[in-house]
Amino acid sequence: MAYDSFKVLRSSAVPLPIENVDTDQIIPARFLKATERKGFGDNLFRDWRYDKNDQAKSDFILNNPTYSGKILVGGKNFGSGSSREHAAWAIYDYGFRCVVSSFFADIFRGNSINVGILPVQVSPEFLHQIFTAMEKNPKAELEVSLPEQTITIVSTGASESFEINGYKKNNLLNGFDDIDYLQSMKGEIATFALNR
Amino acid sequence: MSNSPKTLFDKVWDSHVVRQIADGPDVFFIDRHFIHEVTSPVAFLGLEQRGLGVLFPEKTFATADHNTPTINQHLPVEDPLSANQLLQLEKNTSKYGISHWGLGNPKNGIVHVVGPENGITLPGMTIVCGDSHTSTHGAFGAIAFGIGTSEVEMVLSSQCIMQPKPIKMRINVNGQLGKGVTPKDVALYIISKLSTSGATGYFVEYAGDVFENMSMEGRMTVCNLSIEMGARGGMIAPDQTTFDYINGRELAPKGADWDKQLAYWKTLKTDSGSVFDKEITFLASDIEPMITYGTNPGMGMGISRNIPQAKDLEGGASSYAKSLDYMGFEENDSMIGKKVDYVFIGSCTNGRIEDFRAFASIVKGRKKADHVTAWVVPGSHVVEAQIHEEGIYDILTEAGFALRQPGCSACLAMNDDKIPAGKYAVSTSNRNFEGRQGPGSRTLLASPLVAAAAAITGVVTDPRQFL
Repeated sequence: MAYDSFKVLRSSAVPLPIENVDTDQIIPARFLKATERKGFGDNLFRDWRYDKNDQAKSDFILNNPTYSGKILVGGKNFGSGSSREHAAWAIYDYGFRCVVSSFFADIFRGNSINVGILPVQVSPEFLHQIFTAMEKNPKAELEVSLPEQTITIVSTGASESFEINGYKKNNLLNGFDDIDYLQSMKGEIATFALNR
Repeated sequence: MSNSPKTLFDKVWDSHVVRQIADGPDVFFIDRHFIHEVTSPVAFLGLEQRGLGVLFPEKTFATADHNTPTINQHLPVEDPLSANQLLQLEKNTSKYGISHWGLGNPKNGIVHVVGPENGITLPGMTIVCGDSHTSTHGAFGAIAFGIGTSEVEMVLSSQCIMQPKPIKMRINVNGQLGKGVTPKDVALYIISKLSTSGATGYFVEYAGDVFENMSMEGRMTVCNLSIEMGARGGMIAPDQTTFDYINGRELAPKGADWDKQLAYWKTLKTDSGSVFDKEITFLASDIEPMITYGTNPGMGMGISRNIPQAKDLEGGASSYAKSLDYMGFEENDSMIGKKVDYVFIGSCTNGRIEDFRAFASIVKGRKKADHVTAWVVPGSHVVEAQIHEEGIYDILTEAGFALRQPGCSACLAMNDDKIPAGKYAVSTSNRNFEGRQGPGSRTLLASPLVAAAAAITGVVTDPRQFL
């Protein structure tokens, strides 16, 4: 499904300074039983967010009203483990449009772009600067510019560039997706298959 | 065409590129597509919403495994959500003419077990599935990896996905494995050295005597765990062991077609002089039976060692403390002697016949510890039948173990087989993440031999004392 386009996002953010956040934490397997893509945000980080009686855990960041925004900032190796795209759906459905980390797991990174979330990989030093800025001011804003491929901590002006290939960038800027592209070359694919 | 030496990975990848996009991914052709009930329904829904069909239904194969119960499979599935996913898989495959091995079908089982055992998985193929352990099929010299649901929709509608070509790593393990050291231990050892992100961005080729001397079942276990070091997949060059495994399987090529394909398969090896982006070599003699102590598969160690101290590890001290706290362990603890509540043998990692032979080799003539709940779950009906034929069933029964029916079972807490909060499970599966086997569950990943030793003694035990 084509998604909203992504251009420039300026928003406060939610910090999650934990390493190796795996997709079983982002959405546990028992919540993968839907046959439609909706409602996954309710179970985002389910077991960190709620106790066994479904009561919100006050020490978890998503339950802390001080922090909010459309950007999630995670520790190194974010999104490791299972290929479940439901993890990206849950993040999107909760309201995030961008995830920042110093390192992403491969499949999660690809799934994110495919559902319209921009994964921004920054240096460990810049990630530390972001966490520090948010400690000082929970409402600290980040500005992510896809056309410029930069991320800026608005309060300090500190900025870093990030990588994304030209094809995927164009998709996100315009809300196109890979399925549209593949449909446009079906003849070429059929010929390729015949000659195999 | 250049005559420069090529790796196995390059040979297979390059022959499947339909189009290269400048500053973008390759349009990558897929030979075999496996689907299951959990990650496919939204892809089929997407097809409907866009008015698209399935381009090559004969190249997609469906099985039900993640949600399915492992007892009383003849009865209706109780959980309505699971039952609905199973029903949707049946409807979708029927609508588009895709073969479907659902519950009750004699070919049913875990997707990464049934693909190879029916001869669907072949050398030189590109294979994907909406499941990260698709890397298993790399054991045959195929490029196989897990994809997301958007990509499942791409493969259904166009038989292609769009992938940037990964960079290449070769991992060599040379020498002779010691007593009680299994393919699972080799993989957990490599992951403990590389960490769960050490191979991210890479596609791995496993090479060296240890893999050359390994059975296909063992190679599948190793390739299965490639994703746990962050790699997209791992592969092993096909050889006589591979060809012997495939020959005669139901959907494998026959007659003249076999001869033709075999000639091609024999070219699928890395040319000497090929260059990898990274190359690592380990010694088989350094590997002992492994066990994990933390909440990711990289937190593993030789079973006789003590849990490392955060100060000896690189970075992430707070994440390390959080992990040990979840497990109820402390730095410097020995794992030997820790109480075990559950034992699980099965999954796409260790649910093949060789794994049950190994398990039986230790439990034979002994008794399961009373306080241990053990789930012994074959990866498929074919494996289940072998367990009966080879007399393993009788060994298990005499030792106090019951055999369950095929499925993913306690690997991922999607079906009824869940480990309760706070309990410790020695598990032959692939992930020890927080809550992976049920909310609050604590997982110790290990080989079938370590699982058997724990099931008998009721505590973490070095299996070598039983061999």
